[in-house]
Formats: sequence, structure tokens, C-alpha cells
Amino acid sequence: MSDKQVDKLGGVETTGHVWDGIRELNNPLPRWWLWTFYATILWAIGYTVLYPAWPLVTHATRGVFGFSSRADLRTSLDDATRAQARYVDAIRSRSLADIEADNELRPFAIAAGAAAFKVNCSQCHGSGAQGGNGYPNLNDDDWLWGGDLSSIYQTISHGIRYEADADTRQSEMPAFRDVLKPDQIKAVASYVVSLSGTPRNPELAVKGKPVFEQNCAACHGPEGRGGRQVGAPNLADAIWLYGPGEEAVERQVESPRHGVMPAWQVRLGDTTVKELTVFVHSLGGGE
Amino acid sequence: MRYGAEIVALGLAAFGALIAAAMAQDDPFRAHMWILFFLLAGSAGILLRRTSFEPAPPADPSAYMDGPIRYGVIATIFWGVVGMIAGLVIALQLAFPDLDVQPWFNFGRLRPVHTSGVVFAFGGNALIATSLYVVQRTSRARLFGGDLAWFVFWGYQLFIVMAASGYLLGITESREYAEPEWYVDIWLTIVWVAYLVVFLGTIVKRKEPHIYVANWFYLSFIVTIAMLHVVNNLSMPVSIFSSKSYSAFSGVQDALTQWWYGHNAVGFFLTAGFLGMMYYFVPKQANRPIYSYRLSIIHFWALIFLYIWAGPHHLHYTALPDWAQTLGMVFSIMLWMPSWGGMINGLMTLSGAWDKLRTDPIIRMMVMALAFYGMSTFEGPMMSIKTVNSLSHYTDWTIGHVHSGALGWVGMITFGAIYFLVPRLWNRERLYSLRLVNWHFWLATLGIVVYAAVMWVSGIMQGLMWREYDEQGFLVYSFAETVAAMHPYYVMRALGGLLYLSGVLIMAWNVAMTIRGHQRKEVPMGGEAPAFAPAE
Repeated sequence: MSDKQVDKLGGVETTGHVWDGIRELNNPLPRWWLWTFYATILWAIGYTVLYPAWPLVTHATRGVFGFSSRADLRTSLDDATRAQARYVDAIRSRSLADIEADNELRPFAIAAGAAAFKVNCSQCHGSGAQGGNGYPNLNDDDWLWGGDLSSIYQTISHGIRYEADADTRQSEMPAFRDVLKPDQIKAVASYVVSLSGTPRNPELAVKGKPVFEQNCAACHGPEGRGGRQVGAPNLADAIWLYGPGEEAVERQVESPRHGVMPAWQVRLGDTTVKELTVFVHSLGGGE
Repeated sequence: MRYGAEIVALGLAAFGALIAAAMAQDDPFRAHMWILFFLLAGSAGILLRRTSFEPAPPADPSAYMDGPIRYGVIATIFWGVVGMIAGLVIALQLAFPDLDVQPWFNFGRLRPVHTSGVVFAFGGNALIATSLYVVQRTSRARLFGGDLAWFVFWGYQLFIVMAASGYLLGITESREYAEPEWYVDIWLTIVWVAYLVVFLGTIVKRKEPHIYVANWFYLSFIVTIAMLHVVNNLSMPVSIFSSKSYSAFSGVQDALTQWWYGHNAVGFFLTAGFLGMMYYFVPKQANRPIYSYRLSIIHFWALIFLYIWAGPHHLHYTALPDWAQTLGMVFSIMLWMPSWGGMINGLMTLSGAWDKLRTDPIIRMMVMALAFYGMSTFEGPMMSIKTVNSLSHYTDWTIGHVHSGALGWVGMITFGAIYFLVPRLWNRERLYSLRLVNWHFWLATLGIVVYAAVMWVSGIMQGLMWREYDEQGFLVYSFAETVAAMHPYYVMRALGGLLYLSGVLIMAWNVAMTIRGHQRKEVPMGGEAPAFAPAE
């Protein structure tokens, strides 16, 4: 079956095989191809001598360099820890007020807090700490539980309504669905809206005032400015945790939602909580 | 009686599906068995209407068997369109998450429909159809096994439908590119063995003294995929009436088995198989001899020997022991030249035929396929280097790499083969329109370039954002910020996919018109430039 031909174009002989009209030229392997292939093989052998590579019976060859990715990671982590040690130790041992007053420590604590915030807090409070429906904005000066360093520290450490922590901040607004009549709820919601804006029906708002004084003022204060002892929001500003408008307020009066924030002291440790505290305090509303 | 045995088998299988639906231990399995029942019962019904009691005409043993190949070409195009639409939808879902339709069409369920749809349904049908075409021509023998080739075709379509409908129902093994559950895996094994029998049987009864290089590649693909599929899917079902199974492996062994499979699905399905396609259709279309017989031997054996070890490079910087990571990396580097051997042999085969690039858009597609093959088989070894991998891993760079291989190499060489096959399989003088092929070529090329370039930029940006530290040693970006930064690139990526899909739709139209026997009147490619009217 041999049917060798010489290709007109290159002058190269074919192998003599023919399949469905397809022939093959008898060209040699391209030189550069072969030498590059050899080079990669040599490189591979060299690399396997230098690095862990060949599996033996009980262990693998460790390589001339003695490289280990776990040891490598350990070294990088240790280097990073050492580079920060001076600051971290200072933050661990000193009080929040000291850290806040120290021009070297404060920027470091803010940077560290910002990094921890991105990993642990941004899921609820947003990557700009701007909050969202049900999650407080941390950039403003409207604080539910207080905005000075020790209040923020307490909140982050033990969380809010977080059952696993005995020192967590506790409070629960009752469901007024069972206490007030529907028209009373509408009236009191209208009154609450009137504290910071224009209610849809001003006459209704007037009717809501006595209802508010009887049922709500105990926690939210006679003027609705809130009470930080129980985390009762200020109702006299235009900042709304569960949305603005009569409907949102009515929903919250009828069957309130109660946000939960986890306790971070046990998870992150005291140093990180301190850093978070300084960071959140620095966002704009710190007291 | 025509179809007698088939109707009985389908009827019994449908009855079995009904029993499985009745005994089902979980709701997804029940729904899946109902789907299977309707498929089998419907097929039995269709065959019943076509049956006749006259003896079937004897097949001409000297003629090639092209029926399953014609069906295969149409299935290739059909599944290509389906798989690429799924791809476009999930690309848009990434850019606009509100497009998730819960629960059946959310991203998590649609993604395997896209990946399996293009790899196994589009690519698999293309490989089966072209391999059965090529093995007959280059062996001068009719397909072995009679109607077994029909079983392979229809059995494979059943596998595709069961796999895809399972994904939408939430049935998955969660193994990338091997998501179908145990019973679909078993079915694929049966079909695959039948495929091997048809292919190998045809080679055995060949009338040519030598086995053509395309058949080496096809055979290595069929054999290795069988091995990979069986080992990676070893698992224990919770019950034979349940859609849930547990893998035989666990922990890092499980991960390594999965990526041994996953990498060689790329190596043997998307590389070796399609090299087989290249080795037949490029010399046929260019009408030139293969550049180097010696190169084809050396790069074939080097490729299949080296590829199988490269899987661990998918697990750099994980719990995988260092020695395995090293070996995965160095075998990937050594794979560079064996991979390029195919590109050299393909491109150099065109020497003496380069002028055809001007007039033949099918050759253009094949050249572009080889160029992207070369590009992505350089990029792959580069990304397997641990230092590069520490930046590229888990980013969209990987997605871009896969798509430059899949859209550029696998897609383009398949389109070239389809345009070559359709006039010959349906005895048409020529394609409906060569100019539409040219449109397809440019839309596809533009789509790939947009897609790959965008994913390079976004992938490298993503990797850099993840690892960026400030001068005090703290991470600069939260994960959500890196996701937000990807948005414009996700939109552009979807645009690239849309361009590519448009090209495939043009191909579907062109092929349909060719099959129906139409020829578009048009100026030949590379012909006279149209005369411009003078400006008034």
C-alpha cells in the first residue's frame, strides 16, 4: 500500500499512508519545539529535586530547599504579627480613652477596626456602615444604646438581645396589637410621624398624642426622644430603623420586630473589639 | 417486525420508571422518574406509529452508516444553542442577581445546565458524530455493531435530558462537570461502553493497514473518559429509589479524585477528542497533507502520558500535600510543548494553502480555533505555576481561560467540522451561504475576544483586590466590594456571550437552509468587490 509522493510545495516526501485522501508529510520534529520540550523536562526534574515531589513509602521527598507551604504560611503570619505587635500590645493593655488620645495608636486602631468591620460587620451594617432596613446606620449621631466609647464597646462585646451572652443588652417593645384598638394604633403612628415631619392627617396626629403619652412615653420619653437605657429609638428625628411613614410605624407598633446583634467579645477577642469600638466611634457620630 | 425489540424494551423501561416513581424515597427522584417515564413511553409511542410488519430492507454493508451522524450534527447544533442560551442567562444573573428565578432557574441550578450543556451535550454530540464519520472514512469500513450506533445516539440524548432535568430539580452530586447522580452515571457508562464497542469494532474491521492519527486521539478520549467517569463517580446511593448518593472518597482524596477527573475532562474530552476532529477536518478542508507524521506520534503519546498527572494544579494552596502540588505543576509545564504539537501540525498543514484564508471562511474558523488552542494551552501551564496561581486561583481569570479554550478552540473547530459535514451528509452541492459562515466567524471571534479580554481584566483585578493590604497590614477590601467592582465586567462578558450565541444562531439557520436544499445567491467570497456608485 506504500504510495510515497513528494509534495510539490515543500519538496518533502510523504509517508506513503493515505486515508480518505489524507496524506502525511515526513517532516522532522521542529527543532525549537523539541528543544523547548526537553527544556521543560529538565526544568521539571530540577524543580522536583529542589521542592517536595516524589512520593515514597511513608513520606515524600522533601526537596533540597526543604520547602513546606504550611511552614511558609506560618512564617508569613508570624512576620505580619510581629510587624503589628507593638501597636496590638499597646491596644491590648491600654484603655479605650488612652487609645483614643494617642496620635499613633488611634489611626492604627481605626485601620484595624475597619478591616475587622469588613469581615464581620459589613454583612448587616453595609460596607460603608450605612446600615439598612432593620440595621442601624453607624455614621450618624442617632444612637440606640449610646455613642460614647464605653457604650459602643459594651454593645459590640455582648451584642443586643443575644441569648447566648448573659450580659447582652436586653429590651423588648410589646406588641400593641393586643393592647390598643386599630384606630388608636393609626392615631399614635400618625402622632409619631408628626414629631419629625408632616403627618398625612394632622387631626389624627392630635388624637394620637394622649395614646402616646399613656403607652409609649415610658420608654421613648415624653417628647419621644428615646431612651438609651432600654435602647428605645429616638422618634423625634427623621431617622427610621424600620422605614419612614405611617404604615411602617403602624407595623412596628402592632407587632414590633426586635433586631439581634451577636456578641463579638468571645469570637474576636478583646483587642479586636477595642479596635472596632474606636473605628465605629470615628465614623462621625462618636460622643 | 420493524422496531419490535425497541418498543418492548422502551415499554418495559417505562414501566420500570413508573415503579421507581411509585417507590421514590424523595420528591426530586419521584419527579425525575416521572420525566423518565414520559420520555420512554413517548418514545415507545412514536416507534409504535412507525412500525411495520414487512421485513426491514437489508443494510448495504459496503456503504457508510451516516444516519446517526446526521442526527448527531443536528443534536450538536440544538444543544449548542440550548447550552449557550443557558450561559447567557447565568452571565446576566451574575450581573443582575434579580434575574434569578427561584427555585428551578436560579444560578446554582442553571450553571451546570450551561457547563454540561456545552461540554457534554454540544461537545459530546460533536465528538460522537464526527468520530463515527471519521472512523468510517479513514478505516474504509461501515460502523461496527449495526444499530448499536443508534443506541449510542439516542442513549446519549437520554443521558443529556436526564442530567439537565435533574439539575433543574436540584438533583446533583456537587462534583464539578460530574454533577449527575448515580443512576444517570450508570446509564452514561452503559452508553459509553456501547460507543467504545462501535468505534473500536470499526477500527478492528478496517481495510486500511494503519490507524489514522485522528482515530488515536478519538480512541484515547473514549477510553480515558470511561475510566475517569467510572472512578470519579464511585458512590453509594442512599436507596435504589433515591436521588441521593455519597461518594466513595472523602476529604482531600475526594478533592483530588474530582480534579483528576475535572482536569482530564478538559484534557481528554476538550483537547484530545477535538484534536482528533482537527486531524481529519483541517487537512480535508485545506486539501493538504498533514505536516509531520513524526510530530503527530510524539505529541500524541506525550500529551496523553502527561495530561493525566496535571490535575493537582487545581488544588494549589489547599490541604493537598506539597509533593502532589509540585507534581501537578511540573507535569502541567511539561505539557506545554505536547499540546502545541497539535497546533503546529494543524497550522503547518495549511502551509501552501494560506491563500484559502481569503476565500474560505471555514478555513478561517479552523485557523482561529488552532490559534486559540495554542493560546489557551500556553495560558494553562502558565496558570499552573504556583506563583501565578496564587493570584489567578478562584478568580474569573480561570473562567476566561476556560472560555478561550471552549469558545475559541472547541467551538470554532466544531463549527468548521459542521460546515464541512453538512453538504456532504445531505448530498448538497454546497452550503446555503458562505457569507453567513463569514458572519458567524466574525461574530464568534469578536465574542471570544470581548469575553476573554474582559475576564482577564476582571479576574486579575479581583485577585489583586482580594490580596491588597494597606501599609499597616490590614486587608483593604471587603468581599462585597470586590463583587461590586466586577459588575461592569459581568455586563460586558454577557455581551461577548451574546455575540457568540448570535453566530451560532446564524449557523443553525445556514445549516437548516442547506439541509432543505436551498442555495443563497451571493457574490463568492474573495470575489469582485462591489462597484461603488459615484457620489452625487
